[in-house]
Amino acid sequence: MLQSLTFVLSGQAGQGLATIEKLLSQAIKNDYYVFSTQEVMSRVRGGNNTVEIRVSSQPVDAYKHTIDMLFLLNDHSFYRLHDRINEDTVIFGERAFIDEDVLEKAGSRFSELKLNDLASEAGSVLYSNTVLFGFISGLLDLDTEAGEAPIRKKFQSKSEKIIENNINAFHKGYQLGKAYERKISIEKTDIIRDHRIISGTEAIGIGALAGGVNYIASYPMSPGTGVLQYLAQKGNDFDVIVEQAEDEIAAINMSIGAWYAGARSLVTTSGGGFALMEEGVSLAGITESPSVIHIAQRPGPGTGLPTRTEQADLNLVVYSGHGEFPRIVLAPGSVEDGVLLTQKAFYLADKYQVPVFVLTDQYYVDSNFSIPPLELSEKYLESFIVETTPDYLRYKVTDNGLSPRGIPGFGQGLVKVDSDEHDERGSITEDFNVRVTMNDKRLSKEDRILEEYIEPELIGPKDYKKLIISWGSTYGVLKEAVQSTDQKDLAYLHIKEVFPLHTMIRDYIDQADSVAIFEINATSQLANLIKLHLDRDIQNRIVKYNGTPFSIEEIDAKIKEVF
Amino acid sequence: MKPYEFDYELDIAWCPGCGNFQIRNSIVNALRELEIDPTNLVLSSGIGQAAKMPQYINTNYFNGLHGRGMPVAVAVKSANPELTVIAEGGDGDMYGEGGNHFIHNIRRNPNIVHIVHNNMVYGLTKGQASPTSQLDFITPVQVNGVRNKPFNPLAVAISLGATFVARAFSGDPEQTTKIIKQAIEHDGYALVDIFHPCVTFNKINNFKWFKDNTYYLDEDYDRSNVKQALDKALDIEKYALGVLYQKEGDASFENQLHVYEEDKTPIIKRTRNIKDVQALLKAF
Repeated sequence: MLQSLTFVLSGQAGQGLATIEKLLSQAIKNDYYVFSTQEVMSRVRGGNNTVEIRVSSQPVDAYKHTIDMLFLLNDHSFYRLHDRINEDTVIFGERAFIDEDVLEKAGSRFSELKLNDLASEAGSVLYSNTVLFGFISGLLDLDTEAGEAPIRKKFQSKSEKIIENNINAFHKGYQLGKAYERKISIEKTDIIRDHRIISGTEAIGIGALAGGVNYIASYPMSPGTGVLQYLAQKGNDFDVIVEQAEDEIAAINMSIGAWYAGARSLVTTSGGGFALMEEGVSLAGITESPSVIHIAQRPGPGTGLPTRTEQADLNLVVYSGHGEFPRIVLAPGSVEDGVLLTQKAFYLADKYQVPVFVLTDQYYVDSNFSIPPLELSEKYLESFIVETTPDYLRYKVTDNGLSPRGIPGFGQGLVKVDSDEHDERGSITEDFNVRVTMNDKRLSKEDRILEEYIEPELIGPKDYKKLIISWGSTYGVLKEAVQSTDQKDLAYLHIKEVFPLHTMIRDYIDQADSVAIFEINATSQLANLIKLHLDRDIQNRIVKYNGTPFSIEEIDAKIKEVF
Repeated sequence: MKPYEFDYELDIAWCPGCGNFQIRNSIVNALRELEIDPTNLVLSSGIGQAAKMPQYINTNYFNGLHGRGMPVAVAVKSANPELTVIAEGGDGDMYGEGGNHFIHNIRRNPNIVHIVHNNMVYGLTKGQASPTSQLDFITPVQVNGVRNKPFNPLAVAISLGATFVARAFSGDPEQTTKIIKQAIEHDGYALVDIFHPCVTFNKINNFKWFKDNTYYLDEDYDRSNVKQALDKALDIEKYALGVLYQKEGDASFENQLHVYEEDKTPIIKRTRNIKDVQALLKAF
């Protein structure tokens, strides 16, 4: 486990936790690596939400269970966190927020911090979050300018007085924080200065823009909605048509219609919304329409746990839609992955005329990570649309299974697309031979897709004897665990293209004497796909499905247990 | 070869005497009279006998899923407003399976024509009730007769603010062509509900029934009067034919999109500059 400092801010919905999370991450980033994540209840007001901010002098992208410094913003959040505090934890807040028995049992220290009083002194109780922002900035000995700048930016539309009051509130907190006697052992670093703090949601949105998205039709569903909102905010500047569809069925059909007309379109949803889109996926399959579908998973079945996390929709995506047709499923781990894989999703969809899924989860989209400077390639904006000739055939049988894709109004030909089985022209057919030819043509694209397989990322020694495998958002925590373990023959393989699976994955597995797979679902869905498609049985299947991500402590313990 | 004809023989799946043949001719005649080039037209349809129409008109088409002709059509039109787009299907396809899209696309007001073949019965699935089937109509499923009140598409459309609402009868190709032409020329959402007999599965609402139970609106009928139009639509003693309602001047869905406010170039003809995205990443 890395040397790090874990702050947790605990309050209720509506107390502005997300705002302070962003402000703090931006400010901390100048001197330390920082990762933050939030866990929220499915409600607009009340309940208990927390934000975790983890600070380190080395790259940190993982959730830690044990809290070093806990800030209580109200009086009914303490009891939920009793198993996350110990004798090293310092708890800040008002005396009335504390349950003395819990405190005594944990052996934690309490330090009174009257945020509301301090805020009132600065002009209004409304500034209490800014006081807290200042306090933590002081604790970490951050440059005060690093705190003032984001405040000015955040309140730029407000009056000068409000800005001044917030800055005063920041300084009040800062002085207290700086004066606080503390044992912070992490050292500052300036490597991260040119990094950027972005959320998983923003990574997917930026990736989509870099992949040429110019159309998004979606229906809101947590936690997939963020991407719709992000693209809506950027839509005016980037010429993106953004439409809130009447339902998910409309969304996927609009998306396919937009691709047919020549656009690059995205839909974003979560598992339940995607379940409604399945017929559309099948439509994309037979019409050989490109499509890009982002699914931020949450625990099901049914409505499940709307604001929590899970990786249990891999099977849903791999098997979605009736009939047999190829598809691609990409699962980002880091925010770089989020940008680069989403960008590539558009390219792959256009090139191979198949549905491409970007599979994330609540933990991924709602967390903030630092991303190093990234050079975006123009390559993935390449269009595969052809100008049609009078004899154009949309479903022409070719050597490589790919029929050049025309669009209506571009060229002298006609573009006929059919969800019925069709001949080369796109006309309905019930000819059995044509059916077999067309089915074979569609399925043969999987071989082409595998030729361009996105390689997995191996972390740790190349001559490993023990191997951990995972996919999606478990990347950060497993990377940290493997990089800080004293087991020198242990490596970690993060699979980014989870479907179709390439035989190279089998080679990685075969090199190891023992293999473990970590998944946030109950049935080890990727392990089962590996068994089915690569004929390798991974015995050690570590799963979690209570709605929360793996913590670094859990992973460290499991590694010791398994290897 | 005339526009919209084929240079090979078609194997048409409609029954001899089906009203769909006449509807096809009316559509093709309207398109020819308006000199719309087949390469600039898109027909978007769902599933059903009516939704097979694109198979028999030689132009661009997207023959998609049952009920989903509208979402595809709206997306095509907004992605490339230079195209003429017609969404076409039957009463089950468009008012039943696609009912939610019908409602919400009226609210959007895309500049597309929505042609709905209304024969008050399901044809392709062999004779079950459709949303517009009349009360007491007996079918293999509704064995005791239809109990659900018939859906009134015109009244729904007018009350939701549709900007062009018309009804035609396939048995009068000349008038039907005229109505379709006006629908294509209308800038905004245009519903053309077309009565037509199903010769195989609806022996009640046959050619004679439609003839006897419809009338054309007068020459001097004021189509801009929404209350009168709603009255006409709600009157099911005898069904009015013609353009019941038209409102001009409402901006269409595409024209209200921010991307087309200053620049009419279809989004599909614009290019993304990767440097702009790079700058976005740097701005965090």
